Amino acid sequence: MLRPKRFYGKGLPGVALDQLRGQLIVVEGADGSGRSTQIDMLRNWLERRGSPTVNVGLKRSMLVSRELEQAMQGNILGTRTLSLFYATDFADQLENRIIPALRSGFIVLADRYIYTLMSRAIVRGVERAWIRDVYSIALVPDAVFYLAVSPKILVERNLRKHAVLDYWESGMDMHRSSNMYSSFIEYQRLIQKEFKAMQEHYGFETINGNRSPRAIQNELRGKIEVILNGKSGLIEEESDDSNREERIARSITTFADGGKGD
Amino acid sequence: MSESENKEPIGGKLVAVEGLDGSGKSTQVYLLKRWLELDGYKVFFTEWNSSAIVRKATRKGKKRQLLTSTTFSLIHSTDFADRYERQILPLLNAGYIVLADRYVFTAFARDAVRGCDRDWIRKLYSFAMKPDVTFYFDVPLKTALSRILDGRTRVKYHEAGMDMGYSKDPYESFRIFQGKIYNEYRHMVREYDFIRIDAEEPPDVQQAKVREILETRIDLPRYRWHGSIYPRHVP
Repeated sequence: MLRPKRFYGKGLPGVALDQLRGQLIVVEGADGSGRSTQIDMLRNWLERRGSPTVNVGLKRSMLVSRELEQAMQGNILGTRTLSLFYATDFADQLENRIIPALRSGFIVLADRYIYTLMSRAIVRGVERAWIRDVYSIALVPDAVFYLAVSPKILVERNLRKHAVLDYWESGMDMHRSSNMYSSFIEYQRLIQKEFKAMQEHYGFETINGNRSPRAIQNELRGKIEVILNGKSGLIEEESDDSNREERIARSITTFADGGKGD
Repeated sequence: MSESENKEPIGGKLVAVEGLDGSGKSTQVYLLKRWLELDGYKVFFTEWNSSAIVRKATRKGKKRQLLTSTTFSLIHSTDFADRYERQILPLLNAGYIVLADRYVFTAFARDAVRGCDRDWIRKLYSFAMKPDVTFYFDVPLKTALSRILDGRTRVKYHEAGMDMGYSKDPYESFRIFQGKIYNEYRHMVREYDFIRIDAEEPPDVQQAKVREILETRIDLPRYRWHGSIYPRHVP
C-alpha cells in the first residue's frame, strides 16, 4: 500500500491529508532535458489507461504568474524577493490546483517542483536552511524523477530548438562569465551539483536523460506503474516475481520517504 | 546572499513601529521622521506593503479574493523582501536611520491569526535584521476600534479579516480579527523587547516620549548629514 500523503514540514493549514487520493508525480530537469516531452507522453499514456491528469508547472498560477513574468523581464528583483515571488506562485498552484486535483483522485503531473526553485536560489547565494523552510509547505510527491542531461547536450538541444540560450537558464544574472555559452555550461553544472546534494535529502530518482525519449519514457512508465499499482493495493497477484516485489518496496520507500529527516 | 548580505557592516539604525490599526503609530512615526529630517539627519521611511513591483499582484489577489492564508503571507513576505533587499539593507549599510511603519511583527501577528504556522512565519522572515528599537503603540482594543470605525463608512475586506469567515458583518468581523491580532502583539512584547508607548496619551506627549527614548538608544549626532556629497567647487 502507498503511504498516506504528508507535507515536508508543518504544511498548509486546513488540509485533510487523508482525503488526497490522487498521485503527485514530479518531473524535474533543465530546459532541454526533455521534461515537457516526457510529461506529454506520460499524459497520453495515463489518459489512455483511464486516469485523469492535471498538469502544473512553474509560473502558472492565476495569482502572480503574469506579475512574476513582468518582474523578470526587467530583472530588477533581488534573489530573495524572486525566491519568495516564486514561492507565492507555487503555493497558489499547490492550494488551488494540486491539492483539489489530488482530492478528486487525479494524477498530477508536475513539470518541475520546488527542487528547481530551491536549487536556483541556492546557487545564487540563498541559505539552504532558509529555502527549505520556505518550502516546508510543500506536499511530498509520490515520485520525483530528475532528468539529468550533460550540460553540453543541453546546449545543443536548446540551440537546435531556439537558436538562442535563455538568459536565466544560462545564469547570466550571476555575471560569472560574459560569454553566454560558458555561462550556460557553468550554471547548469552548479544546478546539477545542487540537485545531487538535494537528492540525498529529498530522495528523488535520477534518470539518465542523455538517452532517447523513448528509452526514458519506458523507464518512467515502469516506475510509475509500480506506484499506481501500489495505490490500488493490488501490488502483486503472482508473488513469484520477487524481483518486482523488491523494486516496489524500494521505490515506495525512496519516493515516500523523500523528505524525512528534515 | 548569506555572505554578501551579512558581511557588509551595518552602520545605520533600524527603528520599527508596531501596533493595531488605529493605535496612532503612523502619526507618531511621521512626526519622528519630520523631526529627524528637519534637524538634518540621514533618515529613510518605509511602509508595510508598499513595494511597487509586488503591489500589482497583491492588489489583484485581494480584489479578486484569490488569496489564502499561505499566499497572503508569502506575497507580503515578497513585498517585504523587495523593500529589504533594495532599500532597507543598503540604506542601513550606508549609515541611515531607517524608520519602518510596521515590520516583520505585523506579519507574525496577522499571519498567525490567519492560521499560518508561527514557526514557519518566523523562518520566512529570518533574513530580516532585528530592529535596534521597536516601539509598540499600545492601546485598548476598544479605543483602536472606535478610532477606525467612527466615521468610516466601510472597512476593507482583508482589513476586516472577512476572509476568515468570523462573521458576515464586516464590523463584527473587524472586531474579532483585531482582537486576535491584539493578543498576538501582547505575546510579542516581551519576546521581542518592544518599547511600550501608551497610545491613549495625547499625541504630542507620546511624541516627546518617543524622541526622548530614541535619543537615549541611538547616538543621534552620528547620523547627521555632513557637508555636501560633491566636493565644493573652488574658484
